Amino acid sequence: MTKKVIIIGGGPAGMQTAASLLEMGIKPTIIEKSDRIGGKLNDWHKLFPSFTPAHEVLESLKQKMKEARVITGTTVEQINNEGVSLNDGSIMEADAVVVASGFNLFRAELKEELGYTIYDNVYTTVDIERMLNEGEVAMKDGRTPQRIAFLHCVGSRDEKVNQRHCSKVCCVTGVKQAMELKGMFPQAEVYNFYMDIRMFGPGYEEMYRRAQEEFNIHFVRGRISEASETIDRRVQIKAEDTLIGRPLKMTVDMLILIVGMTPGESNREFSKTNGIELQPSGFVAPADNFTRNTCSNAKNIFYAGTVTAPKNIGESINEGAVAAQQVAKYLKGL
Amino acid sequence: MKRNSWQEYQKEIADDNYYYVRSCIRQNFFPGSEKAFLDIMRNDVGKNVIEEATHTSCTGIGYHSDIVPMETIMTVVARQFALMTEAGFENFTSSCITSFGIYTEMLETWNEFPETEERTREYLYKATGREFKKPKNLAHTSDVMFKHREAIAAKMKKPLINVFTGKPLRVVEHIGCHYAKLFPKKGVGGSEFPYVLAGMIESWGGEVVDYPERRHCCGFGFRNYIVQANRGFSVANSHKKLESMKPYKPDFIVTNCPGCSMFLDKWQYTIAEMEGNTYGQDGRGIPVLTYEEMAGLVLGYDPWQLGMQMHQVDVEPLLDKMGVVYDPAAKYLGPNGKFIGNPELASVNLNCTPTPTMRTL
Repeated sequence: MTKKVIIIGGGPAGMQTAASLLEMGIKPTIIEKSDRIGGKLNDWHKLFPSFTPAHEVLESLKQKMKEARVITGTTVEQINNEGVSLNDGSIMEADAVVVASGFNLFRAELKEELGYTIYDNVYTTVDIERMLNEGEVAMKDGRTPQRIAFLHCVGSRDEKVNQRHCSKVCCVTGVKQAMELKGMFPQAEVYNFYMDIRMFGPGYEEMYRRAQEEFNIHFVRGRISEASETIDRRVQIKAEDTLIGRPLKMTVDMLILIVGMTPGESNREFSKTNGIELQPSGFVAPADNFTRNTCSNAKNIFYAGTVTAPKNIGESINEGAVAAQQVAKYLKGL
Repeated sequence: MKRNSWQEYQKEIADDNYYYVRSCIRQNFFPGSEKAFLDIMRNDVGKNVIEEATHTSCTGIGYHSDIVPMETIMTVVARQFALMTEAGFENFTSSCITSFGIYTEMLETWNEFPETEERTREYLYKATGREFKKPKNLAHTSDVMFKHREAIAAKMKKPLINVFTGKPLRVVEHIGCHYAKLFPKKGVGGSEFPYVLAGMIESWGGEVVDYPERRHCCGFGFRNYIVQANRGFSVANSHKKLESMKPYKPDFIVTNCPGCSMFLDKWQYTIAEMEGNTYGQDGRGIPVLTYEEMAGLVLGYDPWQLGMQMHQVDVEPLLDKMGVVYDPAAKYLGPNGKFIGNPELASVNLNCTPTPTMRTL
């Protein structure tokens, strides 16, 4: 009898899970809440540290999993022993479920002292990816920016907004975008305000060094405490340069908030299922952090990607492959 | 105001029956404001407000200057609440921002550390024989006026509109630090974009000015001013704010804190004398109002009855813009009609076209 596998989420992790299952002769069903697969990869321009166009990775994944059944525009509301409940009230049976429902982006407007959605020239890294994809990065009124500031850790490592965890990939995203904008506007001064620079991946540290040595990007260790709008719609920022121990005030043309990753919005609902537990951060807890990263405590529910923690795209794809192996092994034992 | 999500940051403000406590310093700085609050609430809005001569200073300035110990101020606060309890009231409203911060802080401390409340009850009973209930509702008087801003708007005689241009007056609002920076949830609109004064300005026809140093300290700051050696910091902070707001050409500044009104007004005199700089239009200073004075003008109260002759920066240019009819000759007459004396000429008021008042000087 054909075994049924449901993958919740059609982002990179879910797509790779599907691709690996197909290679093993199992045809899964992806349930994706938006109207297209690819997840947030659809919104990214180029990927760090190699500046690979995001669409190349996306196309590659699509090719590998094109035989999978995909249901878009459908939300999984609950997971249970028989399968999943959908937002149209129906139940879809499954022998195994892979939760690859991903993460949410931190809502920068919650840090209202930084002025996002209030002031014209305050942006997030997500806005910049969109602008890069559209082919034009400019101030709200179309002017070319002469001075740009990035702020790291917006919605990460910040108890005031209940985000104690490190989102891990934002540091390198900020460095990548700083380099991209400096490349577009060589005359512009580009500043990155940070509390730590955590370059965890291969090639990241080297990229950070290039940003300083070749791109002349200024890294200032200090958080921006507040942003205000000037009369000509630029952004005044206040910070402390903690390396020289002095307060700092400057006016920039664009303030770009490097937003972190927050737990997926469905995690809490999913955690009502036996075997799915949440970490204090709100991300889903894997069975263990070493040998069962993609397993839950329920024998037929598996995880892949950022549902369990912030990860980069390569790591998410790797987890998709591992989760598929775990599923296949489980199905074989049925 | 640019941020329109202030509705997400609401606080409960009682609708009626307020036990009112005065500020220990406002009657010197802006002597008509507290009376104006009582008159407006009682006569224009029709609310029940009681005040008693038996209440004291909250001792907040002493507390923030490390002179009054925590146990003492808690007991003083408890006594104020005992007076409210004895008067049969449950809603406590304070005229001073520092006092509002103090009452909030003590209630929060009692909530977090119940043993301190027990100890305070014991001290109060031993010292005075009094007992108290905690207020059901604690609000600053600007909260109360915010709550009733539409009732005031309904009786408005002089909206915040420039009668010469027909455009809204441009108003800088400044919130006292102890209003929402200590406990952001206790302020209307939170701490970053407080809406308590902005709401009044918008309801009464004005336009709120947002400028880069909007959040910056007014320049009071207990340690900036009370420690004499630090007064340079005080004037430097006011200077920074005034420089920042100047390009926006505000018609007036309104605040909800005794210190903010005082220093934003008086330091304009100092800066004008020291540097020859003024920040208003036509070379004048920018008038600085309390929210009670703003409400009073909107309701058609006489500016001299509101005590506005005591301002350092002359308010006549604003009165003219609002179309307020006033008697220049009555400016320096006290409530009993007795002449209280003219102030000396000050450069913060001199660069203007002479007003009728100034011609009499």
